[in-house]
Amino acid sequence: MLKVLWTRFKQGHRTMEYPAGPAPELPRRFLGRPKLDASLCMVGCPGCSSVCPTGALGGGKLDLGKCIFCGACAAACPEQAVEFTREYRMAARRREDLVAQGDGYRLAEALEAKSRQLFGRSLKLRQVSAGGCNACEADVNVLNTIGWDLGRFGVQFVASPRHADGLLVTGPVSENMRPALLKTWEAVPSPKLVIAVGSCAIAGGPYRGHPEAHDGCGKFLPVDLFIPGCPPHPLTTLDGILRLLGRIG
Amino acid sequence: MAQGLVLRNGQAAPLSKVPILAAAEFRHAVLEAVGAGSRLSAFFGRRLASGGFGLLAVLADDTEGVLSLLGAQPTESYHALTPDCPQAHLFEREIFEQCAVIPSGHPWLKPVRFPPPSSAACGTMDFYRVEGEEVHEVAVGPVHAGVIEPGHFRFQCHGEVVQHLEISLGYQHRGVERALSGGPNRLSVHLAETLAGDTTVGHGWAYCQAVEALGRAEAPPRALALRAVALELERVANHIGDLGALAGDVGFLPTQSYCGRLRGDALNITAMLCGSRFGRNLLRPGGVAHDVDAQLVEEMSARLETLGREAASAVNLLWDSPSVTGRFEETGMVSLEDCRRLGLVGPAARACGLNLDVRRDLPFGIYRYAMIPVSSWHAGDVFGRAQVRWLEVQRSLQFVRELLGSLPGGFLRREVPKLRTEHVAVSLTEGWRGEICHVAVTDAEGRFSAYKVVDPSFHNWFGLALALRGQQISDFPLCNKSFDLSYCGFDL
Repeated sequence: MLKVLWTRFKQGHRTMEYPAGPAPELPRRFLGRPKLDASLCMVGCPGCSSVCPTGALGGGKLDLGKCIFCGACAAACPEQAVEFTREYRMAARRREDLVAQGDGYRLAEALEAKSRQLFGRSLKLRQVSAGGCNACEADVNVLNTIGWDLGRFGVQFVASPRHADGLLVTGPVSENMRPALLKTWEAVPSPKLVIAVGSCAIAGGPYRGHPEAHDGCGKFLPVDLFIPGCPPHPLTTLDGILRLLGRIG
Repeated sequence: MAQGLVLRNGQAAPLSKVPILAAAEFRHAVLEAVGAGSRLSAFFGRRLASGGFGLLAVLADDTEGVLSLLGAQPTESYHALTPDCPQAHLFEREIFEQCAVIPSGHPWLKPVRFPPPSSAACGTMDFYRVEGEEVHEVAVGPVHAGVIEPGHFRFQCHGEVVQHLEISLGYQHRGVERALSGGPNRLSVHLAETLAGDTTVGHGWAYCQAVEALGRAEAPPRALALRAVALELERVANHIGDLGALAGDVGFLPTQSYCGRLRGDALNITAMLCGSRFGRNLLRPGGVAHDVDAQLVEEMSARLETLGREAASAVNLLWDSPSVTGRFEETGMVSLEDCRRLGLVGPAARACGLNLDVRRDLPFGIYRYAMIPVSSWHAGDVFGRAQVRWLEVQRSLQFVRELLGSLPGGFLRREVPKLRTEHVAVSLTEGWRGEICHVAVTDAEGRFSAYKVVDPSFHNWFGLALALRGQQISDFPLCNKSFDLSYCGFDL
């Protein structure tokens, strides 16, 4: 018992001050929101679109929903027209907002007043993993650790869809998981939210176009929040959820 | 005994050198090799250019440190190996599902992944049933209680005691292995890195090594050392996370809380290397994409030092708490004999006393020159699997610190030439769950005509089913976490 208490003392208080205090430090080599300045592109240069593994770049547009943040485009561009910033804030409310052009990127806005009243201080989510690689799930789970302590915002993952206010979906929606995802959705009482986390859930990720999967959950569910990344950094996910609830922004 | 084509780990050879045996002779040769102590690392069917399917078995001989390849080309069916070689059980089900070649006499010929458009919806099959008064069936999943991947578990219970558990997967099947065929292309390395997201480095390395073998371009020493740093950090992060989760499953909250955070610290050290907490975009065929300088080495070493100290204080609480050890000991036992027969790998096998580790037995990359001690335990229970993980955390941390202190100099990446045509390469790594096996076969253009992935979970899921026999059903989460297997790595 004494040892448990002594260890508790040594481990200390570890919950971050964010969002009241500074955001946790991001690694120096972190690839945040990419920026494309199409005005720098040379006419007919296929540089970035020919190396992008998921077709996120093309025609002077960059689709953050399809991007898996590999950095191949930035390395291939002779004009530095595309670069990865250290910006972790990326969540958006509408699919079309993820197709970034220039600096006018539109971050997620808060829910309208009625929904905020319902979910703003208490949001229970049922997570459904639908055919991804489990990295998104792992970095969503991190939000429950003492460092991030998602519970302090009233946000919690629950076991039963009947207890949930919405779904947090990961994965491209494999055909084998589609029925279970839809049944879970039906079991959540209305009004309800959908949060799509990661490039798979938004646009199929590296599995885009596979006949075994469905290029994301947007085809089946009305998505309220898109959180890009492969997988999104926990800070990106937390920022998105807090923006949706009107807790920051 | 028929002689197979002998390869070292990470070596390629012309496909024509793989002996194609008559079905009976093939069966005999595989059984003889397994009887003499070899393991089936991979066994699969691939479509032949001439039409039809060819079977290919990769047998690992851990004592000699070599791999032996044998082929056969049965037309419609062949005499199943499973009745005499239980470790072939899932491989033969997979062959049946993917190639429609019937392993006749297979006792358990059910679907593996229900690849669409299959006639049966995922999870619908004849489950093994125990009949009798007071016997009941508990069905769990695919959607589970936590933030976790989907899978279906069917328990046959008598009261609280599990008589049998059958595991039915395939929900995460997204065609990732199928999509690797036809490569390599710009997407291939990303598909490899997402075979199992928590094993990005383990699978990424296996893929890179297979491509390097086929292209005859070995990664430079500095790249091999940095790959090993990332692979061991991946092991440390996942093992620490598992130890915390095991503590949580027996209601011991201090270690659960500390380990949850410490796992993140380990991931963040990987992110110092490459920007990604999972080690994405670090490994590339021919080498690595990121270097370290003296300052980064110093920072990483300092963080490793702290991590080791804090992890010890958190994890050692487990061994000092009788309420924890009492729940870990003699729960979810797997005997050494069953472990061998099922062909378990990784910490699950080492916890049963089966002393095998690809890093030592079939060494690859930097492990050919630098030794890391193999950790094992004798009991085969949850305690054993927890203990092996903790031993491995300590040894991996030590190994990474030493490696960072003595990194070879030189360049990071070599250009990989066009792959050799009609060759086969076998590439094994020791991921944190155990042996990862990739087999790549090229066609006349140097493209993958077949790419086979065997995640350690493919070997180990049946071990979990066996560990549950005679256990209380309420111990399932604890037993499950002690194996911590991958659904997506299995479902592919």
